[in-house]
Amino acid sequence: MANKIARVAVREQDPAARAANFEEVCYGYDRQEALTEASRCLNCKNPRCVAACPVGIAIPDFIAALAGGDEAAAAEIISRDSLLPSICGRVCPQETQCEGSCILGIKSQPVAIGKLERYVGDWKIANAEAPAKRPEWNGRKVAVVGSGPSGLACAGDLAAMGYKVKVFEALHKLGGVLVYGIPEFRLPKHKIVEREIDSLRRLGVEFETDVIIGRTLTVDELLDNEGYDAVFVGSGAGLPRFMGIEGENLNGVFSANEFLTRVNLMGAYDPATSDTPVYVGRRVVVVGGGNVAMDAVRTAKRLGAEAVIVYRRSEAELPARVEEVHHAREEGIEFRMLTNPTRILDDGNGWVKGISCVQMTLGEPDQSGRRSPVVVEGSDFEIDCDVVIMALGTSPNPLIASTTEGLAVNRRGCIEADDSGATSRPGVFAGGDTVTGAATVILAMGAGRRAAKAIDEYIKNL
Amino acid sequence: MFEILEKRILAEGICLMRVAAPRVARAALPGQFVIVRADEGGERIPLTIADYDAQEGSVTIVTQTIGVSTQKICSLNVGESLADFAGPLGQPSEFVRMPIDELRRRRYLFVAGGVGTAPVYPQAKWLSEHGVRCDVIIGAKTRDMLIYTDEMRRVADNLYIATDDGSEGFKGMVTALMKELIEVRGEHYDECVAIGPMIMMKFVTLTARSYSLPTTVSLNALMVDGTGMCGACRVSVGGRTLFTCVDGPEFNGYEVDFDEAMRRQSMYRTQEKSALERHKCNCYGK
Ligand SMILES: Cc1cc2nc3c(=O)[nH]c(=O)nc-3n(C[C@H](O)[C@H](O)[C@H](O)COP(=O)(O)OP(=O)(O)OC[C@H]3O[C@@H](n4cnc5c(N)ncnc54)[C@H](O)[C@@H]3O)c2cc1C
Ligand code: FES
Repeated sequence: MANKIARVAVREQDPAARAANFEEVCYGYDRQEALTEASRCLNCKNPRCVAACPVGIAIPDFIAALAGGDEAAAAEIISRDSLLPSICGRVCPQETQCEGSCILGIKSQPVAIGKLERYVGDWKIANAEAPAKRPEWNGRKVAVVGSGPSGLACAGDLAAMGYKVKVFEALHKLGGVLVYGIPEFRLPKHKIVEREIDSLRRLGVEFETDVIIGRTLTVDELLDNEGYDAVFVGSGAGLPRFMGIEGENLNGVFSANEFLTRVNLMGAYDPATSDTPVYVGRRVVVVGGGNVAMDAVRTAKRLGAEAVIVYRRSEAELPARVEEVHHAREEGIEFRMLTNPTRILDDGNGWVKGISCVQMTLGEPDQSGRRSPVVVEGSDFEIDCDVVIMALGTSPNPLIASTTEGLAVNRRGCIEADDSGATSRPGVFAGGDTVTGAATVILAMGAGRRAAKAIDEYIKNL
Repeated sequence: MFEILEKRILAEGICLMRVAAPRVARAALPGQFVIVRADEGGERIPLTIADYDAQEGSVTIVTQTIGVSTQKICSLNVGESLADFAGPLGQPSEFVRMPIDELRRRRYLFVAGGVGTAPVYPQAKWLSEHGVRCDVIIGAKTRDMLIYTDEMRRVADNLYIATDDGSEGFKGMVTALMKELIEVRGEHYDECVAIGPMIMMKFVTLTARSYSLPTTVSLNALMVDGTGMCGACRVSVGGRTLFTCVDGPEFNGYEVDFDEAMRRQSMYRTQEKSALERHKCNCYGK
């Protein structure tokens, strides 16, 4: 019986070693391991994993192809629904999606769908055929704003349909959160992200960095002066939130975005190749419990600090991927659950010397179904630290909405778009975090692809 | 890549570059800034725009070498290129959006210090092109450190110079010269704009306030992205935390917490010093 085989453990860097370097934590499966793991799939008639996948990848089909030793077929099956398997295989919250609904998970362990997806994605990158043939230009142009997963996916699909596509990126490097946010130890930039972007280049997608839409050029100018028939806005949700507590502007308090951008995008972890400084300190407190918080705290640890997570709910509510929490614990990160900061303490010279917190307890579930934390009266205490990093979530940058004629946003500042990505402004489509608020790579990618379809229909009807 | 079309050393450690950046040049307005990176591995450095020419497609920046990154920028020569040149960023000066007849009834006083003189120029130029009266005070340690005096003379109604050692113009601080203009010569201004070192802007604001003269300052906070993504540029203005790169860089001087701003600016000072020691400067050898 196939399901009698135990889930194939994935090889990882030793926790003590990796807590001091930026190389990838997880080595992934080799061919033998992948084929064995693939053989565990029951190939259910009504695959619950497919229903639980935000983009509906034909999971049992690709796994069956892989089990039969046909990587190329597996890659082809995935590519019908996902453009970035090597990335999503690494960063998707599989435990709440595909793997979370795998039948095998009820009695033993689910099929390692994420690791298999990653194996196929990496295989595809390593075995990419010579330049994909460029489709013939259909005479139409589309501009894409932002080079995160939503923009890349939209650009890739449109280019494959024959559109001339140009991606405008505000930063000097392409990839959005994939390069400035998610650290190298979870998602290698050179080996994976750059390769995915190269494959878009081969399809004919053009990229222009250092263009801030809303400042350098506006969406209206793209449509009116630059000759684009439509614009896709995939500008993400990059605006960091702070708590608004006393001491937040002390030296040594950073947003996770700043800390991670300095380290990932600017390469500050290696002073030999980067001029950008990063202040790490002796003991770092990261406030928050999502992927961003885990990335920040593990980065601080790798840079030599003692690193602590402070989160106001309990472990069960941590929104981060289970694997990241597990890895963080292995690496020696300290977790302070049910703890909420009230004030950041000044050392007398304007630098952080600690953080004042209160103990929390879980009350009744709120609208989201999560039990909301309540302060335990009189439970004030201090945590010693010299750096505080706020990882409290992000919201969309208002720049594009505020400079585009007739582009509606909702109360949370997200661009309003229907399921196809159409906004209140004809010819302007949007998707990814800028529409949903901070979410996931797979959702952003899916939104980009749906918008590509909608843009194609829109332009054909012009 | 953004080609350097012209390079001039204006004073010791201060260099001007005219850079080919057509998109930025077309969109730029007074008060805005750009983010510049000299090369791969370079830091993202915010520099206030010192001039722009939409026709030629060029933008002028003036850089003072204070660390490794600014030295790298200044060590490039005509024909070479900057890796990145992104902008224009931040809000344009408020007057750009004011009704022109109201503006023409007003009189501006610019107080420029050191390398901050350069970004005053496009503002004074814009006002003069729109028929608005403005005087300019330029302050420097000594005559050799004065920059932009000829350019400024062309666009200002009156140009006043203050040097600490009296080697040119008024001897003393720009604040003393402000006092002299307002108290002794009885000049009247409706708005003061101060751009220069943080400490100078703080004291210009205090002086202007004693005459109830509204004052705008342009903050040179630490930045990373310059687009609102990181919060490195946080500043307290009127008790609220704002981001210099998107809400500014110009703010009402009365409301800025200068002491906090100066403290935040010095965040990486020790690290910068050690980096500077590692880097062999060859900026002015060429
Ligand atoms: C640290 C961190 C860790 C994460 N971990 C995970 C994870 O493990 N799994 C997961 O699924 N998701 C994770 N996420 C979330 C995921 O990365 C995002 O949901 C996803 O990247 C959103 O994609 P996007 O295309 O909408 O936007 P982004 O990836 O944010 O890309 C937007 C791009 O647009 C550019 N841009 C913005 N404004 C403009 C403008 N005006 N002009 C031009 N360009 C502009 C930005 O510079 C950026 O490059 C994480 C996020 C962070 C920050
Ligand atoms: S520089 Fe990053 S938000 Fe202003």
